[in-house]
Amino acid sequence: MSTTILPAKRRSFNYKKFLANNGALVGLVVLCIALFIATPDFLTAQNLLNIGIQVSTVAVLAFGMTFVIVAGGIDLSVGAVAALSAMSSGWLFASGGLPGWLALLGGLAVGLLAGTINGLANAYGKLPSFIATLAMLSVARGLTLVISDGRPIKTAAEVSFLGGNIGPVPMPIVILVLAALVASFLLNRTVIGRSMYAVGGNAEAARLSGLPVKRILVTVFALAGLFAALAGLLLAGRLDSAQPQAAAGYELDAIAAVVIGGASLSGGLGKISGTFVGALVLVVIRNGLNLLNVTSFWQQVVIGLVIALAVGVDVLRRKTRNS
Amino acid sequence: MSQEPLVTLQNVGKSFGPVTVIKDVTVSVYAGQVQVLLGENGAGKSTLIKMMAGVYQPDAGHIVVDGKTVVLPTTRAAEELGIATIHQELNLVSTMSIAENVMLGRTPTKHGMVDRSALRNRARAALALIGLDVDVDTLVGELGIAQQQLVEIAKALSINARILILDEPTAALTRHETESLFAVMADLRRRGVGMLFISHHLDEIAEVGDTVTVLRDGEFIAEVPASTPEADLVKLMVGRSIEDQFPRVAGHSGEAAEILRVEKLTSAGKFDDISFTVKAGEVLSIAGLVGAGRTELIRAIAGVDNYSSGSVAVRGQVLPHGSIPAAIAAGIGHVPEDRKGEGLVLDASVNDNLGYATLASTARMGLVDFTGQRRRASEVAKKLRIRMHTIDQPIRALSGGNQQKAVFGRWIIAASTVLLLDEPTRGVDVGAKVEIYELMNAITAAGGAILMVSSELPEILGMSDRILVMRDGRIAGELTAAEATQDAVMTLAARDVDEQND
Repeated sequence: MSTTILPAKRRSFNYKKFLANNGALVGLVVLCIALFIATPDFLTAQNLLNIGIQVSTVAVLAFGMTFVIVAGGIDLSVGAVAALSAMSSGWLFASGGLPGWLALLGGLAVGLLAGTINGLANAYGKLPSFIATLAMLSVARGLTLVISDGRPIKTAAEVSFLGGNIGPVPMPIVILVLAALVASFLLNRTVIGRSMYAVGGNAEAARLSGLPVKRILVTVFALAGLFAALAGLLLAGRLDSAQPQAAAGYELDAIAAVVIGGASLSGGLGKISGTFVGALVLVVIRNGLNLLNVTSFWQQVVIGLVIALAVGVDVLRRKTRNS
Repeated sequence: MSQEPLVTLQNVGKSFGPVTVIKDVTVSVYAGQVQVLLGENGAGKSTLIKMMAGVYQPDAGHIVVDGKTVVLPTTRAAEELGIATIHQELNLVSTMSIAENVMLGRTPTKHGMVDRSALRNRARAALALIGLDVDVDTLVGELGIAQQQLVEIAKALSINARILILDEPTAALTRHETESLFAVMADLRRRGVGMLFISHHLDEIAEVGDTVTVLRDGEFIAEVPASTPEADLVKLMVGRSIEDQFPRVAGHSGEAAEILRVEKLTSAGKFDDISFTVKAGEVLSIAGLVGAGRTELIRAIAGVDNYSSGSVAVRGQVLPHGSIPAAIAAGIGHVPEDRKGEGLVLDASVNDNLGYATLASTARMGLVDFTGQRRRASEVAKKLRIRMHTIDQPIRALSGGNQQKAVFGRWIIAASTVLLLDEPTRGVDVGAKVEIYELMNAITAAGGAILMVSSELPEILGMSDRILVMRDGRIAGELTAAEATQDAVMTLAARDVDEQND
């Protein structure tokens, strides 16, 4: 709807610019072609569905992280909040005796609450988001262990349904697509979403223009918490149980996905589509390395290098564009 | 001028890709003289000084130092020949002491450890060169900008700089600080240091300069004595004569309706008991020294900061304390002092920047009105003649004047009727300045009210209908446009200004 003003410019497709602005996507395509050539196991229906299931958790976490990073913050607690939400849901069902669907909603509410606390601590308590969410990481993981006493809890059928199938399509992929659409809609179309870019780009200018910066920040972290809870429930659904150590370290994957997808850690830049591609890059690399029988130890090394490469290329690109 | 220049850029040229930024320019700096470089933003001044400082290499022509043609591949090479640059953005580490900053990169050591006493002594000697008397253990972050600048000059001199390039050193200084800088410059001149001086303040040229090189669109236009009348300098710089630097058309004051009323506004430690009104069609300016509380007052009226007591009312409706949204809803638009830090989201597009104040008010059910926003932004950009490639371009790429017009544009879209302008033409070149003044006329002609804070006295005298002078957080007096003179304003602003100038 916004293309009405400059139709002439939009019509001629600029390949060079497209490649420069979609480095992660190009990398992903190259990666897939290389894996297709390297192993016959890559391009099979089963493997692609596997990738889809694996990417769902990382991507949903990373969508929430995208809001935070666009608004100029960081959320280290998403992995722990995912685990706490799933565990709370399991506990509400198993020990609290709540109906399964209510236990599921309860899990989402816990994530929303944890995120809101992060946001309040950051916006009103003036704690840097790094510190506020680092504290929440510890608190949430600790509470998860307290609730579960360190043991897995069986989750409700409604939660397990999230890990199941609709016909041939795995439910996590359906959830992933829905989450992507909702996140993208929020970020691109709504006032609160557009405000996130302004706050991340220059919070003071946003405030002086009348944008409610504090409320926006609380919303941003609350959304990250909600998406984390959804990711935690997806993970629990696949295993039919909430694990006390679930999603440990996933916050780093989520951050990596957002950054590979072209967001700037200094805020103001980032897209859901980019984050999705970033998450796919991470998962496809792990999947490919598995298929090629590379040990998980070496996988970590490769992932680290990929993050450095992706961000390095991005920095270089911005530098050449600005000069 | 029979003596040999210290440094000459001889017929230099520079292109970036297809764009020629400097074409066949010659400029020399002589020992004991201040060469002024004058031109609008984009005229090529900074490219030129970067060539002299070893940042850029000329594509054509050559650089002559002490009669010998040299190549300056790095800033280090330029420094070794005695050429030092004092940038607008200072290169000091604010968390380190003055001594450490002055000796940065050449910290004296003894047995591999920092030799503290030698460090202090050498730093003291450097400060003595410009007569700066401060404790060298003070953290640089605790100094004001003016003193930081002097520390940087001391640092340059301590590495035996003979040629100082001063890139808009007075841009962030008060009048009084500027005077002390000029005193230091006069002293350096007596000692044979050559200086290349850049400033947007035309009145400073005659005061401090010897010769002026005027650039326009990357080309050498003229070299004239610094005593050349300002109007002639403007004509050379802009390429046409600007009929009227301050085209104020007084609005219909007198019986006009009162729009803004500020009563007994007080904020502890910032300003005290401020009362005034602004009528429709009126420009009320607040003059005063930096630190008199002018910016703080404007921020309080705009809802940016809280205040202790008193009230702000727009059209009779009293505004709540410290609420920006309420102020905006009442029709207030605030153009802040620091355009880049507070006015704009630099990485966002021109379109987005124009729309922030109306993002929520034009939305339907929380959804952004993209089509309408784009239409409004395009209209305003056209009306204000904002020069850009497309409206989707990051606003960072625009010149200072066009960026400032975009901040105005945001409030025009919001239909604001009370504009609070804090240093509205800072860092804006002459042509765009006049456009901003014409915009102010258009706003008041349409029945708007303007409250302006400015440190440029000619601007205050030329563009206001009434002038309030603040001193130490209080109103020291009020003058009408007719009775206001530079002297009258300064007398009210600072009783001791004459003694200090001696």
